[in-house]
Amino acid sequence: MDKILKDGVLIDNEWTDVTGYEALSSLPSGDIVVPLDQWLEHRADLVKRNSRLGVRLRNDEDPARLADDLGRIALVVLEFPSFGDGRALSQANLLRRRLGFEGEIRATGDVQRDQMNDMRRCGVDAFAVRPDRDALAAAEAFDDFTYSYQPTADGRLPISRIRRGDA
Amino acid sequence: MYQYDRFDHQMVRERVAQFRGQVARRLNGELTEDEFKPLRLRNGVYLQLHAYMLRVAIPYGLLASRQLRKLAHIARRYDKGYGHFSTRQNIQYNWPRLDEVPDILAELAEVEMHTIQTSGNCIRNTTADHLAGVAVDEIEDPRPYCELVRQWSTFHPEFNWLPRKFKIAISGGAQDRAALAYHDIGLRLVKNDAGEIGFEVMVGGGLGRTPMIAKTIREFLPKQHLLSYLEAILRVYNMLGRRDNIFKARIKILVHEHGIEKIRELVEADWEATRDGALALRDEDIAGFKAFFAPPPYETLPANDSGLAQQLESDPAFARWHGNAVIAHRVPGYAAVDISLKTGVQAPGDVTDDQMDAIADLADRYSFGQIRVNHRQNLLFADVRQSDLHALWQALVDLDLATPNNGKLTDIISCPGMDFCSLATARSIPVALDLQRRFEDLDHLYDLGDLTLNISGCINACAHHHAGNIGILGVNKKGEELYQLLLGGSSRNDASIGAITGPGFAPDAIVGAVEDVLAVYLERREGPEETFLEVYRRLGDQPFKERLYG
Ligand code: SF4
Repeated sequence: MDKILKDGVLIDNEWTDVTGYEALSSLPSGDIVVPLDQWLEHRADLVKRNSRLGVRLRNDEDPARLADDLGRIALVVLEFPSFGDGRALSQANLLRRRLGFEGEIRATGDVQRDQMNDMRRCGVDAFAVRPDRDALAAAEAFDDFTYSYQPTADGRLPISRIRRGDA
Repeated sequence: MYQYDRFDHQMVRERVAQFRGQVARRLNGELTEDEFKPLRLRNGVYLQLHAYMLRVAIPYGLLASRQLRKLAHIARRYDKGYGHFSTRQNIQYNWPRLDEVPDILAELAEVEMHTIQTSGNCIRNTTADHLAGVAVDEIEDPRPYCELVRQWSTFHPEFNWLPRKFKIAISGGAQDRAALAYHDIGLRLVKNDAGEIGFEVMVGGGLGRTPMIAKTIREFLPKQHLLSYLEAILRVYNMLGRRDNIFKARIKILVHEHGIEKIRELVEADWEATRDGALALRDEDIAGFKAFFAPPPYETLPANDSGLAQQLESDPAFARWHGNAVIAHRVPGYAAVDISLKTGVQAPGDVTDDQMDAIADLADRYSFGQIRVNHRQNLLFADVRQSDLHALWQALVDLDLATPNNGKLTDIISCPGMDFCSLATARSIPVALDLQRRFEDLDHLYDLGDLTLNISGCINACAHHHAGNIGILGVNKKGEELYQLLLGGSSRNDASIGAITGPGFAPDAIVGAVEDVLAVYLERREGPEETFLEVYRRLGDQPFKERLYG
């Protein structure tokens, strides 16, 4: 089973990715993740399930389309198709800071050490680190910088506020 | 100037440690070159034709003398004894060793300098008007805002992996001296009808393969919203900018494809949600940054120094330099001085370690210990007493830095071209040196009036060839170097993009082609006051083409 880095430890991924929705009865048991378009089409059905629900966003989809549903979703999965593609960073930031999503935001795809700190600061809190990399070693990147110039989603006070004497 | 506090110091120190780790992981094979490349680029490290190249940020072009001495030391200790100032107010070293780069970064950090985000698809060094704080036509000093933008953009987690590089420039004068129209975002300090000062925001300018002039997205942005508005533009760009084609990835293409109205709508909608949030600047915040750029302790002096008048009368060589290199100053009795790095001996923008040390000493003696870099690859002393001008000039003559060609044809902007750059299709430095030799005679040079000439060694246009009154682009046709000629560009308030005259010229014909163009100008101008650009705009390109190809 693939591993997820969360809160500094590696845990088993308990979510099943569902790509093709046919009928409620044909879905696997347990917690499932569905693509955004299927969520929007079948959410009335899906919420009847006795499991947690997650939504997968392609990185060109607007997270605001989930605005009314975030209370019913426990997980949003974001995609980083290559480490140089930072679109999902804006999605994470919008989910956390604009839309107030409090569930898990999970980074998938080309997730590597040198991008993970940016992801975390934008609100990602779970990382499906690339399987050929040492996820715990990668987590050391979170300690690279003590301070932040920007107000961001990881809750750290930006330097401008510390300078003002707010902390 | 800005002084680091403990937070800024810690940021750059931690950056050095991070990069040291990344270099080690590259050298032990943990990182592939493909993975390492964007990391080294974010620290200004390029792989060029013969060696690595290191680009050091000079935020908004401002240097203290101790910083310039450090740059001299790095040139001496880690490089071949010189550095190259670029059009974006940075300095580049052409021969550092990768394993020594972390040590260079540590040395830079000692003097509050860094290479952060000097390359890569992220927000680059913010540039400014080189006459900031001293220009006669200034509305407000742009530097406090540049520093605010520098800090906001440093390690911005959301905008560290953009579709393409992103450049911001800020100008505070009535005249644009920062080429705003050719930046991804250009910010012009303006006064509105109510007398308040804010920013006109322009977006989507750029050169390269598809040159475009930036469009105004907002006529007036109150200062307190500077950062939230930038963030809204960057967010729209990060999410919608094209990533399928590197040549279509700049924000200029996004603006072009969607239209400025649509982009404005998206940006304003995003901004509405954040404008009064955590990024809003309070008056005290702005005042705190302004205090760093308070005027130096000027003396009360007469507006016109009587000794200077005498020196000008008795020393024609000095008078000639004075007429060219000395720029009017806001404060009576002071002047700004352009230090030409277009000597005709070294490549445009190059300066040796000894010259850097000597310039630092002169800055201490004559200009409050500060030096500026302008986007035409020259240096500038901003605050020289008129009574010191003659002594300063003599010292510059001894250093070979008194070529009085500021704003003239031989004040050429040139990129490194094929001599260094791995992307080049042709050489550019030899063409620049040829032209400088051909137009050495100062009477002839002055007769040609104010003229900008920019040479790029490939379509990437690092020397802004489209923005020169005369532009030269080196291309490679079937293994032969050829030079295309462009006429009519400008990077000032009246920004325009130069047009190609026709087929390119061989290396031994390009200087003659420039001479032909100038001959037409001299014949057709209505008087010595009419500049080359004005004549070109009046006549169009026909008479020039006839002479070149007829
Ligand atoms: S214009 Fe081309 S040749 Fe010149 S520095 Fe830029 S990339 Fe290199």
